Amino acid sequence: MTKYLESRYNYDMKIHIPNSAFLGNIDAFLRGFDPSSPNVLEITVNQSWLAVHPAVLSMIASLGLTVKPENIRCEKLQARSAGYIVRMGLFKLLNVSVDLSVTEHAPEGRFIPLTHIRNSNEATEFITEMIPLLRLDVEQRETLVYIVSELVRNVLDHAEAPNGAILCAQYFKKSNSIRIGIADTGVGIKTTINRAHGAKTDLDAIRLALTPGITGKTQRAGGTGENAGAGLFFIKSIADVNRDYFVIYSGSGFYKLLKKTSARRHLNADPFADRHSQKDNLPYWKGTVVGIDITLDQTKEFSLLLRAIHDVYANLKNKQVEYKKPRFL
Amino acid sequence: MKEIAIFDRAGRDAENKDIGRDIRIKEILPALEKHEEVILNFARVETATQSFVHSLISDVMRKYRDDALERVSFKSCNDTIKQIIGIVVQYMQDALDQEKR
Repeated sequence: MTKYLESRYNYDMKIHIPNSAFLGNIDAFLRGFDPSSPNVLEITVNQSWLAVHPAVLSMIASLGLTVKPENIRCEKLQARSAGYIVRMGLFKLLNVSVDLSVTEHAPEGRFIPLTHIRNSNEATEFITEMIPLLRLDVEQRETLVYIVSELVRNVLDHAEAPNGAILCAQYFKKSNSIRIGIADTGVGIKTTINRAHGAKTDLDAIRLALTPGITGKTQRAGGTGENAGAGLFFIKSIADVNRDYFVIYSGSGFYKLLKKTSARRHLNADPFADRHSQKDNLPYWKGTVVGIDITLDQTKEFSLLLRAIHDVYANLKNKQVEYKKPRFL
Repeated sequence: MKEIAIFDRAGRDAENKDIGRDIRIKEILPALEKHEEVILNFARVETATQSFVHSLISDVMRKYRDDALERVSFKSCNDTIKQIIGIVVQYMQDALDQEKR
């Protein structure tokens, strides 16, 4: 049975789904998130229109999994586009029934509904099965497999999230882009990074996490056998070369890679040297959220992207030293 | 000489670094300890992530240093995988170099 919002729930965790929240304008949505009471989740919605980035849906689903289904209260969905949220599987994943007054359905799209990934096998299965859902070309497949794998395995490796990773993605025809969102309610980047480093704030920790060669697993150069500290740097770099948005939010820290205005393919090891916006006073997100857009028109061949990333590495390091090359047969 | 078919272990998308670690611990390192050469065959593998390749070879390079690249080679890699391997190899050599300095 649908549970409507009632005035007695004044001290609940609150999240509002606005008419529009994509990576370019997601800041307002995040500022409105109220995590003050973690036992009950109130979801309110814009009654005219709902169009949000998959990162927003992943966040709501992640939050919802931290409370009992009977303690999730969702406002009646009246917006004509509300069917989108239902199709993305938000209420199914949370095991909550909703009152949807909208019967009109958007045409079948290319999307990956909200998916709950708790372990390595589920990650492998998901990565194998996701491509047909988005109907991507072979050239685009590599980039997406790469991004999703690194993001999901980052959560599984570092987040200590009891509920694992929540991920969804959608193809947007108008912009010819794939938008991906992944969220967890684990320990957050600051806790993870500070196992080996000394970040004072969540934003400092995000900066370190995006810097190549920094991992929370060790201070040792080269990382551990399983962690190099380069995963997030690669993903940010892919967005950077493509001139797309990349957002990361953890604790009260927030970093957004802004779209490049020039076609110059230059990558920075320090994320703060990129064109970006940052905040260190957002409502506290216990865990980590990552959103990324990949505009397919602009997507370079993946090997070219990697060449650019390789150049950054080379420029960062000791140029005087001639390194041995791997032998390819 | 030991040739390891990555596809048979990791599939079309070599992205699971637990599998990379297992290949390293159970196959690459034991072969090198027996003074065998190792060929990592990427035939039919379409994608390999930096995390997978790091998990596969970083500790091999840490243990065998310069000798690792003499004794381990990479077969049938597509351009993307060559790039990834190149990045990981350079990254590890630089890290090991930093340790020496």
